[in-house]
Amino acid sequence: MPNTKDLRGSVAIAGVGLAGCGEAPGWTENEIMAAAAKNALADAGLTTRDVDGLVCASVNAFLTGLSVAEQLGIHPKFTDSTCVGGSSFVGHLLPAAMALNYGLCDVVLVTYGSNQRTGVGRAEGGKFKAMLDPQAFEAPYKPFNPMSSYALSAARHMHEYGTTRTHLAEVAVAARKWAQLNPEAFTREPLSIEDVLKARLVSDPLSVRDACLVTDGGGAYVLVRADRAKTLKKKPVYMLGCGTAHWHRQISSMPDLTVTAASESGPRAFEMAGLKPSDVDVLELYDAFTINTILFLEDLGFCKKGEGGAFVSGGRIAPGGSLPVNTNGGGLSCVHPGMYGMFLIVEAVRQLRGEAGERQIDNAEVALAHGNGGVLSSQITALLGTEATL
Amino acid sequence: MSTTGPEHDYKQKLAAGRFEIQICGACGKHVFYPRVICPHCGADKLDWVAAVGAGVVYSSTVVRRKPEAGGDYNVALVDLAEGPRMMSRVVGIEPTGVKIGMKVKARIAQGDPAKGEAPIVEFTPD
Repeated sequence: MPNTKDLRGSVAIAGVGLAGCGEAPGWTENEIMAAAAKNALADAGLTTRDVDGLVCASVNAFLTGLSVAEQLGIHPKFTDSTCVGGSSFVGHLLPAAMALNYGLCDVVLVTYGSNQRTGVGRAEGGKFKAMLDPQAFEAPYKPFNPMSSYALSAARHMHEYGTTRTHLAEVAVAARKWAQLNPEAFTREPLSIEDVLKARLVSDPLSVRDACLVTDGGGAYVLVRADRAKTLKKKPVYMLGCGTAHWHRQISSMPDLTVTAASESGPRAFEMAGLKPSDVDVLELYDAFTINTILFLEDLGFCKKGEGGAFVSGGRIAPGGSLPVNTNGGGLSCVHPGMYGMFLIVEAVRQLRGEAGERQIDNAEVALAHGNGGVLSSQITALLGTEATL
Repeated sequence: MSTTGPEHDYKQKLAAGRFEIQICGACGKHVFYPRVICPHCGADKLDWVAAVGAGVVYSSTVVRRKPEAGGDYNVALVDLAEGPRMMSRVVGIEPTGVKIGMKVKARIAQGDPAKGEAPIVEFTPD
């Protein structure tokens, strides 16, 4: 019987690319996606002619796999367009790795694009989505979602563990300090704890500065079998482990609002990788809201449950701190085009290749990318590593 | 199968002034929101039972809104005495006054039919 550990190191990311991050007025989602795909393929020394496997996801498009392939002019032998929210592109490592390992295809392109900031019709689109995918037992109470769902989690975490708005602000400030080292980050002006604390509340206890950006942007990565990766132009970044878990869709169905399914996805990924949290050199955690970073540090085993607020204090996860988290500036300060998971992978790969410029972590060999989807719903953890980790 | 699904039936009951939840004939646990299969044990023996109507606030947020748009309002998660949790709102108190651990009791709010609002369950401090 096959063992999940057989997947460890079997595939590698050979190319990554971004496009249209920030604002890309006049561009459609699939055009931004195509520009990012081109950049990722060029990074690997490949073109669309080499792609025979396609993995993508969209919150808007019906039949997105078909539209993306058509836009790119590719005829995939393997397609997966599972959407579990923003975590999807971390989770896409698994079906892509399985398809590559079984020889269903040789080059998988995982790709995404969104014009969430400048695209027209967002408000109208939201109404249609609410009609087509009704949350009948929550919608009548008008939660300002997704933010209110995360606010309910933050409020409960504060109640149970004494977490404070200052702790949440530490997360926002750390992300901004990383963004200031990243020329590609969208928001780079100085931000203080005080600025966050006095920012306008949107859904208590979360303020506008506790929330991720709304930007345009696309990203893509190219996954190949490990032997092929060694022949391509960039230093391969290997998939060491990947684990998924989800327990709910709506926040009212989440069993304990202070414990996410990352407490299952993390151990699954670490088990496959044969690693533990102390082996990780750099973390990319899906920070849709400031509470996320605290929850995931706890649930992934970097600190004890309830201690996340104290853990992030004093700049521990900021540049110069002992644990580098969200080194591109995160969804809070770098980029967040509807679904952010792709950008976790791109930043992790750049760190492991030593391409991260001023924000580069010295001797980064193991990176953790953790994706979140829905309202703390889908949790997917990936461990990536350099050749030294094989 | 009955003639209509549990979501439809739940709304009909509310419209008739009855707040009912489900109980599983196999495992004995209560279920909300209404379903076809018990999420605890997997059986399809869910029956309706009148909700006690008592609950405790599990978490709470205030959605901030400009006064001219109607002002701030509460959104809460309430743990029902029977066990299940539901999203609702606590009214009859300032939105910021709703605290975790507060005991609350259910009532049916009729909603505004002109706005297409159906009756829903809301809570007041107990």
